[in-house]
Amino acid sequence: MKLTDLPDARGHFGPYGGIFVAETLMAALEELRVEYDRARNDPAFVAEFEYELKHYVGRPSPVYHAKRLSEQYGGAQIYLKREDLNHTGAHKINNTIGQALLARRMGKKRVIAETGAGQHGVASATVAARYGMECVVYMGAEDVIRQAPNVFRMKLLGATVVPVSSGSKTLKDALNEAMRDWVTNVDSTFYILGTAAGPHPYPMLVRDFQCVIGRECIIQMPELAGRQPDAVVACVGGGSNAIGIFHPYIPFEAVRLIGVEAGGSGIASGKHAAPLSAGTPGVLHGFRSYLMQDGNGQIIETHSISAGLDYPGVGPEHSYLKDAGRAEYVAINDDEAMAAFHDLCRFEGIIPALESSHAVAHAKKLAPTMKKDQIILVNLSGRGDKDINTVAKVAGITL
Amino acid sequence: MSRIGQTFNALKAHNKKALITFITAGDPGKGLTVPLMHALVEAGADIIELGVPFSDPMADGPVIQRASERALANKVGLKDVLAMSAEFRKSNTTTPIVLMGYANPVERMGYETFALAAKTAGVDGVLTVDIPPEESLGVSDVFKAAGLDPIFLLSPTTPESRIERVAAAAGGFIYYVSLKGVTGSADLDTEEVARKIATIRRHCELPVGVGFGIRDAATAEAVARIADAVVVGSRIVNEIETSPEDEVINRVKALVQDLRRGVDAASK
Repeated sequence: MKLTDLPDARGHFGPYGGIFVAETLMAALEELRVEYDRARNDPAFVAEFEYELKHYVGRPSPVYHAKRLSEQYGGAQIYLKREDLNHTGAHKINNTIGQALLARRMGKKRVIAETGAGQHGVASATVAARYGMECVVYMGAEDVIRQAPNVFRMKLLGATVVPVSSGSKTLKDALNEAMRDWVTNVDSTFYILGTAAGPHPYPMLVRDFQCVIGRECIIQMPELAGRQPDAVVACVGGGSNAIGIFHPYIPFEAVRLIGVEAGGSGIASGKHAAPLSAGTPGVLHGFRSYLMQDGNGQIIETHSISAGLDYPGVGPEHSYLKDAGRAEYVAINDDEAMAAFHDLCRFEGIIPALESSHAVAHAKKLAPTMKKDQIILVNLSGRGDKDINTVAKVAGITL
Repeated sequence: MSRIGQTFNALKAHNKKALITFITAGDPGKGLTVPLMHALVEAGADIIELGVPFSDPMADGPVIQRASERALANKVGLKDVLAMSAEFRKSNTTTPIVLMGYANPVERMGYETFALAAKTAGVDGVLTVDIPPEESLGVSDVFKAAGLDPIFLLSPTTPESRIERVAAAAGGFIYYVSLKGVTGSADLDTEEVARKIATIRRHCELPVGVGFGIRDAATAEAVARIADAVVVGSRIVNEIETSPEDEVINRVKALVQDLRRGVDAASK
């Protein structure tokens, strides 16, 4: 079986993925699987999705040659895939449009979502407004505080934001709560899952909706640079922006695929969010994948300056690509990400999301090891306006 | 035959229904779990469900979530739960124990290692909430080979076409979740539940227990009229949470005695 043919009919990527949920959700997931299968083979659905991406999101997003940054880093040429220029400021909207169109096909009038950094919550609230649906967003109480501007955005868009105070009060707990809502309101409600994780068919359909990123790059890179990149670098929390750019590049064997996890205070400190770099396989949130867990199988608290990467699991396809050796995974610490954030601000006039800054920071390490005519393509998954409070706090500045 | 099968047969012979009671192991304290298990039996429980604490109890409502958090704060993990089960077995060799929890702690220990350890500790059945039959290929066989009954859930959303598949993987009894939602949810509609149980019985010979939404003698009686077993969890855990520590055992006993009266009233 080819790497691009996964998952299998039951949602498995080798030993990863699957459907690990309570019985009440089994029928809803089967309904979603069947409907998605019809939709993706329906030219009208595909045409509407593409129309929305072009006219509402503003796709294709450009690829940009970051010449000053490349010079500064002293090595390979760095190109940025500008997902930060999408409507709502991140790649998340690609997926929420696809899922909202599915929800509409299925006659669901209420959508729910979980969010960490708030980008997926904003993208969900946006499409709910766009298609006239009720929207409830679950967000960890700690994230509600550190991502206050996005909370206000969601409210402006008409969504209800529910702070979640259980567990570690971050993304994983928001996901637990969204699942609890779904299991209770399964007849009326569509769960817009924000990353390429969760029970089948979510990892597959989120990937499919996000693959527009990589497909565009495959066309854009030869136009702009004369060839495909030597390496593609993307940050990995749940991993949707990374799988969206990686997946179309899987058959390009000469292209290295590098996922960048949140190293927090450093892998050795234990305070990080890097399950692929330092975790072990397990089952959480409906699927099997690498996880941050202790010897008793309890999920351990994650640490990252970036709320969007602060998650103890990772999409199952990444676990598979890691084991298969097709993609490599590394970790970047908070301070390295912060330095790259400032680099991009000062040398290119782009304020990147702290999540995406992790990918830039790895390019900073990688570029000097490569030749000047080699190319690193970084997925700049989101813009950083939402993070200015966090950055100011680190710098000891009160806004 | 397993202890669970024997228990259901013995009850049937006396025209009685089973009362299955749930507590989370390690809540409110590590040392209180085994005494609480004995208290449940003394008060009339036929089967004990022992919750294995998990950091992310996705299918549970706030009451059992908090119990899980308290147990984890007491540093109770799967190995401790097995030790508690073994301790209980020293003086009770008849009441079945069903471990109820999530896949990951078991996955971490390894399914075969766990199955052997659980059997040795006197466990009779295992319900892993987030392993449906589709993902249990191998797992339920491992459990069955070790002499453990794999317990599976059916829910109001389960289509009739799936019931047989679930029943084929299951052992001991079927746990019918009476409501869409998490544990501790609102009131149940017994007429609707009765209709669903009739459908289940067409495809499955195992006894059917009903849980979710049972909170007093009256609801226990209503469910006992239509099911083989009445499962009570959140109401008991709530009693544990709200009782001062030195009164926990007596208050749980009083509650379970009341539930027992309800269950028995159904067979009069």
